[in-house]
Amino acid sequence: MQEATLEQAQKLGLSETEFNEIKKVLGRTPNFTETAMYSVMWSEHCSYKNSIKWLKTLPKDGSKVLAKAGEENAGLIDIGNGWACSFKIESHNHPSAIEPFQGAATGVGGIHRDIFTMGARPIATLNSLRFGNIQEDKNKHLLKGVVKGISHYGNCFGVPTVGGEVYFEDCYGTNPLVNAMSVGVMRTGKTISATSYGAGNPVFIVGSDTGKDGIGGASFASADINEDSAKDLPAVQVGDPFQEKKLLEACMEIVETDAIIGMQDMGAAGITCSTSEMSAKGEHGMIIHLDKVPTRQKDMKPWEMLLSESQERMLIVVKKGSEQIITDIFDKWDIHCVQIGEVTTEQVLKFYMHDELVACVPAESMVLGGGAPVYEREYTLPAYFAERDAFSIDSVEVPTDLKSIAMQLITLPNIASKKWVYEQYDSMVGTANSTTNAPADSSVIWVKETEKGIACTVDCNGRYVHADPFVGGMIAVCEAARNIVCSGAKPSAITNCLNFGNPYNPEVYYQFVYALKGMSAACLKLDTPVTGGNVSFYNQSPDGPVYPTPTIGMVGIIENIENRMTMDFKNVGDKIYLIGKSRNDIDSSEYLHKIKGVALSPAPYFNLEEEYDVLQAILKLNEENLILSAHDISEGGLFTCLLESGMNRNLGFELTLPNEIRSDAFLFGEAQGRIIVSVVPDLVPDFEEALGFTPYTYLGDVTAKDILIQNENWGSIEDWKQKYDTALETLMQNSNPQ
Amino acid sequence: MAFLNQYYLSMKFGVVVFPGSNCDRDMEFALRHELEQEVIMLWHKDKDISAFGKEDCIVLPGGFSYGDYLRCGALARFSPMMESVIAHANRGGKVLGVCNGFQILCEAGLLPGALLLNDTQKFVCKNVFIQSENDASPITKDIKNQVLQIPVAHGEGRYYADAQTLQQLEDNDQVIFRYCNRAGVIGQENPNGSTNAIAGICNAGRNVFGMMPHPERACSPTLENVDGRKLFASLIHN
Repeated sequence: MQEATLEQAQKLGLSETEFNEIKKVLGRTPNFTETAMYSVMWSEHCSYKNSIKWLKTLPKDGSKVLAKAGEENAGLIDIGNGWACSFKIESHNHPSAIEPFQGAATGVGGIHRDIFTMGARPIATLNSLRFGNIQEDKNKHLLKGVVKGISHYGNCFGVPTVGGEVYFEDCYGTNPLVNAMSVGVMRTGKTISATSYGAGNPVFIVGSDTGKDGIGGASFASADINEDSAKDLPAVQVGDPFQEKKLLEACMEIVETDAIIGMQDMGAAGITCSTSEMSAKGEHGMIIHLDKVPTRQKDMKPWEMLLSESQERMLIVVKKGSEQIITDIFDKWDIHCVQIGEVTTEQVLKFYMHDELVACVPAESMVLGGGAPVYEREYTLPAYFAERDAFSIDSVEVPTDLKSIAMQLITLPNIASKKWVYEQYDSMVGTANSTTNAPADSSVIWVKETEKGIACTVDCNGRYVHADPFVGGMIAVCEAARNIVCSGAKPSAITNCLNFGNPYNPEVYYQFVYALKGMSAACLKLDTPVTGGNVSFYNQSPDGPVYPTPTIGMVGIIENIENRMTMDFKNVGDKIYLIGKSRNDIDSSEYLHKIKGVALSPAPYFNLEEEYDVLQAILKLNEENLILSAHDISEGGLFTCLLESGMNRNLGFELTLPNEIRSDAFLFGEAQGRIIVSVVPDLVPDFEEALGFTPYTYLGDVTAKDILIQNENWGSIEDWKQKYDTALETLMQNSNPQ
Repeated sequence: MAFLNQYYLSMKFGVVVFPGSNCDRDMEFALRHELEQEVIMLWHKDKDISAFGKEDCIVLPGGFSYGDYLRCGALARFSPMMESVIAHANRGGKVLGVCNGFQILCEAGLLPGALLLNDTQKFVCKNVFIQSENDASPITKDIKNQVLQIPVAHGEGRYYADAQTLQQLEDNDQVIFRYCNRAGVIGQENPNGSTNAIAGICNAGRNVFGMMPHPERACSPTLENVDGRKLFASLIHN
């Protein structure tokens, strides 16, 4: 085995210190194949070397948690009656920047595999997308490609895309964010672990053939995007949703057998990652014969096979003697299932090519939590905070043309309906998505074998996090919790997708550290542990980093789905109330940022205790059947919230402006911790009594169709809805030839 | 199930499972649990449908049969189970194809015409309204002129046939459903640009039915839309 040189190691993305560390681990200089393996396993993407120190500070314990963060492919929580819910969010930002269709498609495929490898059947998927200015053709191209990729993969795979978010901000121009979340359910105790043990047990590779696609994808995801990135095209994988659908069904049959020791999907770093992680977890080793791996191309080199990120593949360790059970299942589904090696007692991975040993490494030394490096990074207070702090609301004149500003606001791409996007996704397959005909702030999925509903949502306002990482981190969690609670569910746990710039930039790292601290504080208060997720650094272009975007995926449980809450006004004459308090605050709002053009201002008003109180109040009101709708105030402020509440049934609303608060802050401000509810007139006394000390304000009544602000008629809800519904579509149809 | 006549309560359904079917379990759930019918799942590699007589109905559910990387349904028609389904149809047995199932029936020649890429060039999933203007077929007999809200979810659902075929379909009342708006105005809303706003057709023998909208997605009170039950009930009754 020829020794690798330092130059080769550096080209593969390893530092000199890391290369020396490998030499120390092995007691010799690694060969090229081994160096390549370490380079992907110790890349940011697989090792979390620059984030793990802080990730460990996130709260991960909870009475309902069955699989904690880092223990399995995805988190698992107990939802009662013998059922468990597995869920996780992951990024596919860098591939999507280069090849939006395949990048997004394989992102969806990858996250579903994490769920069904554990033995859970995916029942819902969500996504969180960020692009640059949508007026630019390049960004339209990216949006079209990403949405088509998600649509192509998800629709064929047959799991409904039930929710998500799309934001447009200049900072995401070069580096869009594509985060996908999958939610699955299974019987408790049926979990398949990502482990390997029992000397002599056979190791199988199943699924697609191994090709040269995606080689070094993990290393690729660990570097800034620059002009040369387009040359990295082979680092983007190609997805085959039909193959994955068959894999899913085969895995669901395997769950019912007793033939399996462990299973792991092959994502980043392919065979290298799955063999090392499973072996390290089970404290065993493996002998693998690479020449037995079915390949797509001829004459693939060992390192190419070890690093390939070809999609729709799994590594499984079978109980010796049960091989036939497993191969019969894969035969039924016409999926390749080939034995490539066996488990050994010695905790070392040995890879052979035609009986020649090509790599020999201790599994433990490669993996996160084992020998992979852990770094502490420096961080400093971002310089832009000074500009942020200089902002004063008094510098913005209170506008007199409130109606035209409202119209401008609700047709902004960040606020307007995302219908153009979500109608391309099959949101109903599985016949369990209750939000199709009964819209709510989060998607409520019926667990059909039970009466339960699982509410799920993805949320993050990157502008808030940029303005104040600590507060923004708390807001992201609380916004998600508000959405869960407004749909009638109790928040259970979260998964997070931490999208940040280059961690070697101390200001970026400050954002990372403080966003995590904020997230921790909120998760502790709400009792929603973090069950896993992923970190995506290097979301950075020559213009600078993206907004720090720690996307929160939250799930909540409704014991009886019939008790879910919806967001829409129900009857003319119902009383509209604001729970929480209006504030004289327009900080970091869409109104201030997009219409008034103020780039930097503090995060909007937020108070964790008040937020908690409001959430508890909504849960109580719903339990006691005192409200008919609940919708939280988020981007676009109170006016947008009321409009969205009226649209589903074409009902209008009336509203009186208070004297003590600026009208623009009242209508368009984005102060947190506020929810709009509607109440049947007869129940008003009970409703007000139930609220106790929680602040509330009566705003006005639900009207037949008109929007009446301060007795001025702003037109019918249908007209507003038409503009809200078609704004994004109109933008997408207008291309500007350059 | 008030609208199901007690005397003709049951029909035996066979739901074909292709490897890429993804609405097979939804169809099974709707028929078995929501409509309380007998359902047998039929694997694409098998051939035996001797359990099914002329009065029984074989359903080809939605999905992506064999991946549909070629033309939707182009490969599925060659599967062993489809040979049996074709024979069942030719014997006068009932066959219902929904979405991908409709595409397969057209590819197999059991229904005329073809389903082309939507005029928007995009996949579309949403609630739409459909209506039958005649009661000539079992599946429409009890629901003539009723506006039903049924979801669609397809990328290739634009019905196309040559002028002569279309004329025959129209003359023989073989168009079983057309897209309409909430008020029932035909052609006002057409999610894919289908010719004559056609959402579903049947064969001349009125025993083979194909439709793009998914009635199985509109059978559950929990999901707050049960319009699909009316369509199945009509099929079961007649």
